[in-house]
Amino acid sequence: MTPSWTQPDVIVIGGGIQGCSTALHLSLRGVKALLIEKDHAGRHASGVNAGGVRRLGRHVAEIPLSVVSMEIWHRIAELTEDDCGFESHGQIKVAETEEQLGVQRARVAQIKQLGFDHEEIIEQAELRRLVPAIAPHCVGAIICRSDGAAMPFRTVQAMKRKALSLGARLVEGVRVTDLKRAGDVWRVETDHGPHEAPVIVNCAGAWAGRIAARLGEPVPLETIAPMLMITARMPRFVHPVIGSQGRTLSFKQYDNGTVLIGGGYRGRADLDTNRTDLDFAKLAENAQTAAALFPIMRDAQIVRAWAGIESRFPDDIPVIGPSSTSPGVFHAFGFSAHGFQLGPAVGQVLADLATTGRSNIPIDGLSIERFRKAATG
Amino acid sequence: MRTDNSIDAAYDVAIVGAGPAGLAAAAVTAGCDLSTILLDENAGPGGQIYRAITSTPVGGETILDRDYWDGKDLVLDLKDTATHYLPRATVWNLSRDREIGVSVGGQAHMLSAKRVILATGAMERPFAIPGWTLPGVMTIGAAQTVLKSSGLVPEGRVVLAGCGPLLWLCAYQLLKSGCAIQAILDTTDAGARRGALRHAPEFARSHYLAKGVKLMAYVRRKARVINRVTALSAHGDGRLDSISYVGKSGALERMPADHLLLHQGVIPNVNLAMSVGIPHTWDEVQLCWSPTVDSFGTTPIDGIAIAGDGAGIAGGWAAADRGRLAGIAAVRAIDPHRAGLPDELAIRRDLDLALRGRAFIDHMYRPAKVFRIPTDDTIVCRCEEITAGQIRQTVAIGCEGPNQLKSFLRCGMGPCQGRLCGTTVTEVIAEARGVPAAEVGYYRLRPPVKPITLSELAAMPQTDAAKKAVLRL
Repeated sequence: MTPSWTQPDVIVIGGGIQGCSTALHLSLRGVKALLIEKDHAGRHASGVNAGGVRRLGRHVAEIPLSVVSMEIWHRIAELTEDDCGFESHGQIKVAETEEQLGVQRARVAQIKQLGFDHEEIIEQAELRRLVPAIAPHCVGAIICRSDGAAMPFRTVQAMKRKALSLGARLVEGVRVTDLKRAGDVWRVETDHGPHEAPVIVNCAGAWAGRIAARLGEPVPLETIAPMLMITARMPRFVHPVIGSQGRTLSFKQYDNGTVLIGGGYRGRADLDTNRTDLDFAKLAENAQTAAALFPIMRDAQIVRAWAGIESRFPDDIPVIGPSSTSPGVFHAFGFSAHGFQLGPAVGQVLADLATTGRSNIPIDGLSIERFRKAATG
Repeated sequence: MRTDNSIDAAYDVAIVGAGPAGLAAAAVTAGCDLSTILLDENAGPGGQIYRAITSTPVGGETILDRDYWDGKDLVLDLKDTATHYLPRATVWNLSRDREIGVSVGGQAHMLSAKRVILATGAMERPFAIPGWTLPGVMTIGAAQTVLKSSGLVPEGRVVLAGCGPLLWLCAYQLLKSGCAIQAILDTTDAGARRGALRHAPEFARSHYLAKGVKLMAYVRRKARVINRVTALSAHGDGRLDSISYVGKSGALERMPADHLLLHQGVIPNVNLAMSVGIPHTWDEVQLCWSPTVDSFGTTPIDGIAIAGDGAGIAGGWAAADRGRLAGIAAVRAIDPHRAGLPDELAIRRDLDLALRGRAFIDHMYRPAKVFRIPTDDTIVCRCEEITAGQIRQTVAIGCEGPNQLKSFLRCGMGPCQGRLCGTTVTEVIAEARGVPAAEVGYYRLRPPVKPITLSELAAMPQTDAAKKAVLRL
């Protein structure tokens, strides 16, 4: 449908999961949102990530946001009119040694003290019951039983569709070239003409650092391209999503039998051409981990590997919150390869900020100010 | 020529594919003393056109036509050089800095080269008709592979269908080998036939004329040819038992069949070239994606060239010349003062001769739209069993191109990496959106371009090239 309005209340830059979720939450409140995407919605990390929906192992600054998001994931169809392929078979991070299990026990105790009980230690017998295919040397794990996984591209599309059905507008293939304050509003210049709105939300992912720099608040954002591999179909042998305490792994089998293997190993990305290059020497290490933890995988056929363009901060947590230099501008980017699960709640936070200037969901510790302070000493 | 499995970390020249282009390129580069590795997936050299040239049990020049035996000379030219020829070697990755991932005998390796020549040749154009996934339906090329390497022909009621020179060549070879062909359904498009006429005079002066006339006359004498077929389906319960078609009468006819061999021309095998980022354009005459190359096969990616049919279909004779030219360019790049290169002008003259008549063939055998853009109930993506109707529905809800289609339907995401559906998907989307195929684009291809087992990848030796790759970040 074509909305009746021409002048938006809020311009959201970036059609990834954070931008689409923000446009959706704004539209639910009757706020006129214009979403500007330089490629197409879900083209980059949001559409091609591993799809993990986990609270497990979150940085403490992210836990409240992650917990709120998880509640939304469990009723995602109410929000988006699509189940987004979300399945909740739990997330498990296995320990291969008693020492690793010790680290895990300390972690669970730590977040329990902060008032969170979603993480739980399981011993070897329970691990083997839940994951019969796991290598026998694994001694235990942390589990988040109601964590899970979803289909990334489908999720972004569902959020986009729902936002549009509620009156949001989306322009794709349109690149933001500049932002300027013009009286009470922001003027957003693009390669397809300007747009104006009083409020701007920057969800431009790996490209968001360029926007922040234009606003006079440069950030130490690093472009990354985490690599993933997928196999040909195999008989179903695992339901939860599996990670590892001592190595880096993200491991999941889809309903159709294909197995997704990731672990944050990085290829190279070019922001100007959207091109990613893979590094098979690192994927070889990723393959060693998968084969070590799942002997059944040794004959699996790798049919494809890829990388999505993402960004990370030195402290591996995102920036979420108001600009430190520009009134009416809010940021949400630099999710450091774990932003997908946060998407539903991030949209809610940004809709709160854009409409009332504050949110009840705690985002302390995620402010862009933390880099400003560091930069100015 | 050496054929051992001990792969060096670096070569001057790495050539992928040992068909006419790859064999001829290697003869030039190795002949000029460049360290050259020739990687090929098959058990022996020759590619598809000269498949099993050194080992075929099919004796005598009469069954496999005389041109086939030209392949022997290409292999002989290589024998005296120091080329490292590696058969049964599957190249699964090529990076822009010319690192090659290759598997041989269950072991993955990385090697690097100053120049890479892709001679990955052609593949058969997808021919999606209702029932084409039934056992008993295969491509002409597959039948020809079995004939050349094992001397076997299909038994029972054999029907061939499609268009293009290879259809007639294979029919000839099968008949000569004692195969009883029940019928040949000729799907050559009437419009294309008219479009080809203006190229007929040039064709008349080409080597193709005599060969084509001989083959077609023989085949028409020995087998029933049904002309102007405009619809075709395969039927059977779990296995092919019959076909139905519409011929020039306009009536739907049915025919029992045990084997249906399909073919409607060949297109460049672009997967490796696309995965490394070589730009491709849609060829409106050949109706396929062709890479951007200059007259030496050099691509815009530094140090990577494409020779032979992979750079645009021109046939086996031309492929050998295009291989030589790519070889010359590689030698000049690495050793600019090298003397004793083959005579470039003579090669170009020979290439002109080889290309004479191609325009007629290209126009004449442009497959009819009805056989390129199938009906709703026809499976397009065999790996994920996606029909043309599903693709059209997905376009209707906003999917604009093949990459979004992957996300929506998993179309093209199976083990074949889109080889069997890619061009069909492009054309189906283009038609549904009412835009040119060039605007729709192709799948973004991801390595490994051929499947590799997890343990193979895990056991990859850490060569210098691989260590360098790690350090670079």
